Amino acid sequence: MTEPLIYEISSPGRTAVALPDVGVPEVELPKELLRKDLDLPEVSELQVMRHFVNLSHMNHSIDSGIYPLGSCTMKYNPKINEDVARLPGFANLHPLNDEAGSQGALALMYHLQSWLAELSGFEAASIVPAAGAQGEFAGILMIRAYHLDRGDHKRTKILVPDSAHGTNPATVSMAGLQAVELPSDKNGDVDLNALRAALDDTVAGMMITVPSTLGVFDTKIRDVVRMVHEAGGLMYMDGANMNALMGIVKPGELGFDVMHYNLHKTFSTPHGGGGPGCGAVGVNEKLVDFLPGPIAEIVEEAGEEEDAPLYGLKMPVKSIGRLKAFQGNFGMHVRAYTYIRIYGGEGLRDVSRHAVLNANYVRAKLRGVYPMPVDRICGHEFVMSGHVEGVEGIHALDISKRLMDFGIHPPTNYFPLIVPEALLIEPTETEDKATLDNFIDVMKTIAQEAKDDPELLHSAPHTTPVGRVDEVRAAKQLVVCCRPIPDYEPQRTPSGD
Amino acid sequence: MSWQTPSDLKYARTDEYVRLEGDRATIGLSDYAQDQLNDVVFVELPEVGAHFEKGKPFGAVESVKAASDLLMPVGGTVVEINEQLTDEPELLNSSPYDKGWIIKIQVDDASEAGSLMDADAYTEYCNTR
Amino acid sequence: MSYIPHTDVERQQMLAAIGVTTIEDLFEAVPSKYRFPKLDLPKGLSEMEAAAELQALAEANEHGGDYALFRGAGAYHHFIPSAVNHVLLRSEFYTAYTPYQPEVSQGTLQAIYEYQSMLCALTGMDAANASHYDGATSLAEAVTVALEVSRHKRNKIVFHPGIHPHYRAVARTYHQGNDVEFVGDGGKAIERATAEDLIKYIDDQTAMVAVQYPNYLGAIEDFGRLVEATHNAGALICFVVNPMALALFKSPGELGADIVVGEGQPLGIPLSYGGPYLGFFAVRDEYVRKIAGRIVGETLDHSGRRAFVMTLRPREQDIRREKASSNICTNQGLMALAACVYLSLMGRNGLRRVAEISFQRAHYAAKQINRIKGYKVNVSKTFFNEFAVKCPKPISEINQFLIERGIIGGYPLEADYPKLKDHMLVAVTEMNSKDEIDLLVEALAEAAK
Repeated sequence: MTEPLIYEISSPGRTAVALPDVGVPEVELPKELLRKDLDLPEVSELQVMRHFVNLSHMNHSIDSGIYPLGSCTMKYNPKINEDVARLPGFANLHPLNDEAGSQGALALMYHLQSWLAELSGFEAASIVPAAGAQGEFAGILMIRAYHLDRGDHKRTKILVPDSAHGTNPATVSMAGLQAVELPSDKNGDVDLNALRAALDDTVAGMMITVPSTLGVFDTKIRDVVRMVHEAGGLMYMDGANMNALMGIVKPGELGFDVMHYNLHKTFSTPHGGGGPGCGAVGVNEKLVDFLPGPIAEIVEEAGEEEDAPLYGLKMPVKSIGRLKAFQGNFGMHVRAYTYIRIYGGEGLRDVSRHAVLNANYVRAKLRGVYPMPVDRICGHEFVMSGHVEGVEGIHALDISKRLMDFGIHPPTNYFPLIVPEALLIEPTETEDKATLDNFIDVMKTIAQEAKDDPELLHSAPHTTPVGRVDEVRAAKQLVVCCRPIPDYEPQRTPSGD
Repeated sequence: MSWQTPSDLKYARTDEYVRLEGDRATIGLSDYAQDQLNDVVFVELPEVGAHFEKGKPFGAVESVKAASDLLMPVGGTVVEINEQLTDEPELLNSSPYDKGWIIKIQVDDASEAGSLMDADAYTEYCNTR
Repeated sequence: MSYIPHTDVERQQMLAAIGVTTIEDLFEAVPSKYRFPKLDLPKGLSEMEAAAELQALAEANEHGGDYALFRGAGAYHHFIPSAVNHVLLRSEFYTAYTPYQPEVSQGTLQAIYEYQSMLCALTGMDAANASHYDGATSLAEAVTVALEVSRHKRNKIVFHPGIHPHYRAVARTYHQGNDVEFVGDGGKAIERATAEDLIKYIDDQTAMVAVQYPNYLGAIEDFGRLVEATHNAGALICFVVNPMALALFKSPGELGADIVVGEGQPLGIPLSYGGPYLGFFAVRDEYVRKIAGRIVGETLDHSGRRAFVMTLRPREQDIRREKASSNICTNQGLMALAACVYLSLMGRNGLRRVAEISFQRAHYAAKQINRIKGYKVNVSKTFFNEFAVKCPKPISEINQFLIERGIIGGYPLEADYPKLKDHMLVAVTEMNSKDEIDLLVEALAEAAK
């Protein structure tokens, strides 16, 4: 199944949209500044709809089947969220609108900030960052700024466990600091001896994921936090796995100084085929003045006759600065606000309880079918090896591709890097038992197929719109645009005056 | 597995080889390294005339799944680059020690090669990884 | 209300399979002192209660649906054809993850590939990525690319003061930990700064010069000599653009740009109080391997069918880790789809038409406002759809007066450009009818009294 490119169904002179007349006396266009042509397709509205609907059929999505992608939290995206984010009062609100005329939006942002802070036991939160990676970046910049503000210029290192998401070390480098990798012990926890050896007065802080990327709660987490604090460093929590923690434990109470939340994971805002997201950051009192801005604040408490205070946007006094042109991915704020509002505090606790229940159920049922490198009660996800006992030459990739033939999206594969042939499985709380049972049965079937007919796995997938693709060809020929680029004559650029 | 490790070469722990010829040297990536990388799709080359100290990155190789920096096994100044790799990066896979050489340099101090492994030591090193 | 499907019976069966009695037993690894904390959060609501609350919050805002909106400054109120939203609401698109598994993601991958192709057409560049967070972070990432291209031997970035002040601020936030020097936008007020003024900042340490086209005050400047001087110094020139203006005016590719970045919001994306928007990023061929973020390439599947896949992956953080030049992972994929659908619907002629209507109505508005006693529009330069107006009173007073007449006025410029006291930046698009413009002119005249 292939779909032509939109350019391939274009015909000169066709158009999808009628536009109004200019309606005002016209001035002459500045001819010497104009472009000659614009190479966009010419299609009808129906052609556009068919094209994109046909393309949509070539995607796996949460609404079409289970998506057990570890560390990505592919939970159900409630439909009400999509409706409210599109309300005219939100969709048509200009980012630089006067604050007096933006009170509904500001109130929403203010409450979302407060709720996120409360959920994690923090002093305050900023919802400006557009994605987890940008939240991490904000967090590390804040740690850096905190030390510099105290006149401590020696602290240039950030400790990062070898099990960390790639964004962690990349973030550290981006902030101009040095990432120092720490080994994990055989349980997947931080190796305390290695940590002790790495700690000195050049350590600015440590980044760690809780539960770890192996899906387990590090039982020594309090010791890790205490040791880093004693050495003068700050603790950053990667909140990618927050779906295991709501109402279970508050990172702020465990001693973390800063964390990011992925609203597009834990708080159900859709992943959108790669984005947009929101990587809000929460901090304790040490870092509150350094938050990225602007953040929503109460600028005037409610008087006796008013029922609402006056909200405004403020830059925290020592802010690391702006991370986006405006105040963040507001459309994601609306969705996450709605999600939290519908569940309420106890409901969110229930979310994490069931996320952990589902993961442990699948783990328990697959024990003995696939090797479990960390064989203990897990959080909201668990890691297994994509290896079938007694069969050589079957890889995590083969199992992943074969799952597609059963209408199931593969788990995250080859992450965390410290587990060979890793398959990281996160069912999420919104999958019902029957769906999980089917997933378990399919995984068992594939393990059997690996023994009986390994070629079936090697050549998978068989039922998808395309088969395995030639990535080497893509990288070598590097065709990233389907149109020829006009070869411009060197010429003088326009005169604006 | 076995990989070719010609005995007239010296090898770095980061898998670059060096062929010393007087004060000149040819640098490339070992057979073991190309096998680990799989299909090489891109080689980033330095400019002729650039100078790099021992251990410093002078370029990079990319496959579909990995990218790795190329580090100088000995310090020196680049006198020639293998421009054929720009169009045919696969030469790194098919002919690592011959057509797939990467740069030629004017060596700063040939004694720097003393800390590199010989073919036997390198073979042993690869087998234990 | 809850989206958790479990029944009591199922819960018991699952707990039994795990070998524990209660769900609480699964959390024993969490230190007991901190386990199950109190949550000071509101109680849950039914869907209809939540919808009503959100409706009330939305209605508490003054917005472009109810008011005549003349504000731009980096975000523009353009018409969005219905079909855009209908495609975005296909949950096969919006509930999908990043297309790491190409066999089950061809829809997303092909749409991004088409988006990249359209962005190349618009900007005159050879390659575009699948998006950054917004126009401002695209500029910050352009700085990174320029530093990489210079192999970190250069560390100076020249910014035209006519680049959106927030964009320049974001670039500085991004590079506060790196040894980068930003120059060029500190001195002269924007209304007098010219592109030629920047030439004196360019030297052999300059990695990149960045300009905005049209600039923050709406004007189309002549960058010819600046581009030449930049290239002569071995530096890259980056254009920050409004994509809608490119439907009408020469492409940055034609004008010599090496990198083109900008805000894709005008291309079918609602204002939404600042996001989600679309940071686009396009370059000439020779820099494609230096771009951060995702890029989709064309290839074949094992049976020879055309297929698409994310390519140049080893540059990304999940593979390169601390050696990656950017940590970007999640981007604005769905917004790139919106732009792709919008550009398909508008097409070769429609987009040009939107730009022309905006241009004509903006020029009509400028002319009419300039005629009002006490107001002055600086019309010495060619502009697209935005212009600065000197007003006879503080902008806050004027805008208050306008709001009462159903108009959201221009954006006050004084905070970012102190010399532009009592100046507002007025934006006009195809959404502003002649009647609206006449109403604005009338209200401004009254406000001056």
